Formats: sequence, structure tokens, C-alpha cells
Amino acid sequence: MSNVPADLKYTQSHEWVRTLPDGTVEIGITDHAQEALGDLVFVEVPDAGRSVKAGEACAVVESVKAASDVYAPLSGEVTAGNPQLASQPEAVNKDAYGAGWLMRLRPAAGALAAAALLSAADYQKVLDAEGG
Amino acid sequence: MAFIPHTAADVAAMLSAIGAPSIEALFEEIPAELRVKSLAGIPEELNEMQVGRLMSERARADGLALNFIGAGAYEHHIPAAVWAITTRGEFYSAYTPYQAEASQGTLQLIYEFQTMMARLTGMEVANASMYDGASATAEAALMAVRANRKSRSARILVPQTLHPHYRRVAVAAAHNQGVKFEEVPYGPETGVTPLAALSKYEGEDVTAIVIPQPNFFGRLEEVDTLTDWAHARNILVIAVVNPTALAILKPPGQWGARGADIAVGEGQPLGVPLSSGGPYFGFMTARMEHVRQMPGRIVGRTLDVAGHPGFTLTLQAREQHIRRAKATSNICTNQGLLVTAATIYLSLMGPQGLARTAAACHARARELVSVLTQVPGVRAAFGAPYFHEAVLQLDRPVAAVLRSLAARGILGGLDLSAYYPELGQALLVCATETKTTQDLERYRACLTDVMQAARAA
Repeated sequence: MSNVPADLKYTQSHEWVRTLPDGTVEIGITDHAQEALGDLVFVEVPDAGRSVKAGEACAVVESVKAASDVYAPLSGEVTAGNPQLASQPEAVNKDAYGAGWLMRLRPAAGALAAAALLSAADYQKVLDAEGG
Repeated sequence: MAFIPHTAADVAAMLSAIGAPSIEALFEEIPAELRVKSLAGIPEELNEMQVGRLMSERARADGLALNFIGAGAYEHHIPAAVWAITTRGEFYSAYTPYQAEASQGTLQLIYEFQTMMARLTGMEVANASMYDGASATAEAALMAVRANRKSRSARILVPQTLHPHYRRVAVAAAHNQGVKFEEVPYGPETGVTPLAALSKYEGEDVTAIVIPQPNFFGRLEEVDTLTDWAHARNILVIAVVNPTALAILKPPGQWGARGADIAVGEGQPLGVPLSSGGPYFGFMTARMEHVRQMPGRIVGRTLDVAGHPGFTLTLQAREQHIRRAKATSNICTNQGLLVTAATIYLSLMGPQGLARTAAACHARARELVSVLTQVPGVRAAFGAPYFHEAVLQLDRPVAAVLRSLAARGILGGLDLSAYYPELGQALLVCATETKTTQDLERYRACLTDVMQAARAA
């Protein structure tokens, strides 16, 4: 059974989104996603200042046998990529919802509402449908 | 003799098993207009005896000319042991193995090749080789576009002193992927890329610059100055280098304050014979920080479950069998046989042997320029320093002079007029360690005669 915290929002493509007090959002991949990928050996995160559109590939997570793109759940400007992951990609495996965050975004106007993110319960249904 | 083992009955049985009426019917999915209907222009078949005879006649027609052409492929002495060892059954394969880790010997050889190329170029990591120097340069441009995350322009500055074929191959391979190549002119008096030619790019978004060393004219570029100029502007540096020359020149890893980012080149000088243009091989090395953007295969050293050292393909998540359309490149092989020869060549020569070869090439080229410029009507186009090639300018048509020399058994150099019309009647000449003082004297004497005859005509 995967860990799906109730206070986060989710995407069909297994990203999570946390709204921070300053109005920016933190983005990562879910516990289910890290488990499916296996031990990560490399994570590439976007540089601060980059503008991304919802659905755009903006980070790469690579395990020994697979490499996957991470898609921006919503449009906005990157305020930070997680600098720890360059030397400690395993943080995503160990703590997908905490130390393993990938990037922070300042959402474009209305982008958060437009993103149609899933609640924890709805994301759990996605996982159940996938057999996870 | 038929080499296909299936009899007509076998074929009929297989067709009937899958319910196909004929072999032809299996190709129905390919639209008719895309299929080759005739092989017009291809000669009639010859048997083995006839082919053997044709090839010996053609080899005789080539003759045993005294060769002073370089221009990207170089005549060097290859110790007999190189190909005697390369063609042993244990090594004699043209291809990387599909089940790579089952072939530990092949992987160890590639690992040692990578180690040698990384040391020769002064870079941190090497791949298992590329097709040739030109395609390696194109791949380096694509790699730089991926690696330089501070640049969005995909603009690559390419000096006109880079081999003209490399420039064409780079455009052909990368233009449709959105990479824009912009040519940087050379100094007409010096034959190298002046820093002033780069000032127009000041403040603009440029992804990378290619720096050839030595350049196509044989001249040595001011690599430190160019590298530092580029790095101060977040522009990556792609070195295109001659591996023989690296034995005596500063390696790309030490250019300027930070060193080049990617180094590529043609590997043919390392034990591969001149052979009507190929097959040759390319090499590519880079700084470790760019390794995930590197194309091609990379062999790594590891430990097996019992703790014994072994070799494995590594960083495969970059490659297309895992990453599909988003792979770093479509290069998923290497030039196995030629890399084998190069690795054996380098291990037989050693650093000292390669440095002696490079020094001998340089000395011969200086002697060649000095001897040929004594001929009336011949002058050196540019000054020094150069490695083992130089541009000469003649006061008579180069093409006709080269034809007359060829009739006397001398391949006098490459006519540059089609590539660099602004240089006039210009000739690129090369001398390697294979040339003796007598060879140079014979060239001088023939050139004197030919030029005199041309003047009299």
C-alpha cells in the first residue's frame, strides 16, 4: 500500500504538489513513483528562473534501469530546484514527500486552479486502478 | 555456391505455416512507390576469381605514390604487431557484443581505450568511440546544446579553420534538430581564428564554440585565449583535436583556466591505415559534469557479487534501448575493431613513442615547408607554429601542378581552391614520420620541374 498524504494534491502522472505559506508550490514525485522506479542514481532539476508550462517535462529522474521525465503539474516560474539531489538522489527514495522534493514554482496567475489536481483520495483511486 | 540454407520446400512450408501466398506478399505493407524496382546501374555479378582480379588491377592503378596529402587522414607507420594482434580470433569483431557483460575481454579493452583517450586529452571521461571525427564533432555540438543549460539559443560558433567536411557533416546531422552553426572567419595573414572575430558575439546567447587544434591549415590556434573568452561568457568549448599531436601539445583538459568541456577527434592516426576514406573511428571525451549528456556507450569498472573486479556497460539510462526517443543520441554502438587496433597501437607506442612520432612529424613538416618554399613561385601562406601540415601558395594553377606531380608518382597535397577560394592557388601539404629527407628532396625536384614547365607553357 503506497503512502499518499492527505494534505497534498496529485497528478495522474504521479507528481505531488504542496502549497507553501508564501503562495509558491513545492513539487515532487510520489512514493508510488519512486518505488516503481527503484533506486535513483541521478536527478536533474530545473534552474531557478525557468518558466514552465503545465505538462512540460521539467526534471529527469534516473534509476539504474530507467529514466523518466517529470512533468510540471502547473504553469509557473521555477524559484528553486532542490540542490541536495545532485549529490543525494537517494533522498527521493527515502523521503519522497520531504527531503526528496524536486522543485519549487511560483504559479502563474490562475494556474493552480486551472491545473485540476487530484485529491489524495482520487489519486489513491488512480493507484488502485493501476493495481498499485 | 548457395549460402542460404533453406530449400524451396522449406520456404513453401514456412509460408504455408503463416498463411502467406509468397515471399513477395510479406512486403505488401511497404507502399509500391517506395520499393526499388530495378537495380539498373549495378554491374552484373562477378565470381570470386573475377573479383580478385579486378581488385588487384585497381590496387595496381593506385600505384605506390609518395603521399603528401593529410587533410584529416594521415599516413603513419603502423607496427606490424598492431594488426597481427587485432586480427586474432579473440579480438576480431567489428561490433560491440549484444550481451555485453558476457564479453569481459572486449569490455576490458574498451575500458582501457577510454582510459587512454581520457589521459591523452586530459579529460575526465571518455566513451567507447564514435563513427569518425566528423560525426563525433556533430554529436559534440548536440551534446553541448543539452549540457549548456544557461543557453537557450542552440547557436554553435564554428571557425572556418575547422575541416570543411566536419562543418558540412555537423550541419547535415544537427541542423534539423534546431542547432544553428555560425562560421567564424580566420585571419587572412595568420590562418588562425583571431579573438577580434568573436567580438560581434559579445553579450549574445551562444551555446558553444568549436576550437580545432591543430586547425585544418595545420596551424595552432590560440586555444587558451579562445577558451577563456568562451567560459567568461558561459559558452561551452568543444575541442577538435589530432590525437598524435596531443602527445606534444597541451591537452584540451588544460586549455585556459578551466579546460575544454568536450574533446573529439578523428582516431585514424592511431594505427588505422588509409583506406579510401574509411572505416575510421572518432573519439569523444568530456568533463565528468557533462557525462549524462554524452552519446554512445561507456564501459565502467565494477565488482561482481563475489567481490571480483569486472567490467560493465554503465550509464545506460542515457541510451535509446532504455530512454527511447529521449535518448542522448542514436549512437548505441562503437567502432569495435578499429578501437581494438588503436588501443594496441597506443599500448605499443606508449607516451614516449607517441611523443617521438609527433615530434618527428613536426620536424618533417618544417623541413618540407623549408624545402618546397625554395622552389620559385612557391610561398608559405601563413606563419608558424604549425603541427604537420601547412598551406602553400603557388603562382601557377594548383590543379594542373598536382596532376603533373601525380604522373610522376607524387600525391602533392590537397587543392584548397574549392574549399577556400579566397586563398587563390593554395595547396595543403603534410609530412609525417614516414617521409625521409630523400622523399622531400624528390618532391622538391619534381615540383621545380613541374613549375618550370607550367611557366614555360
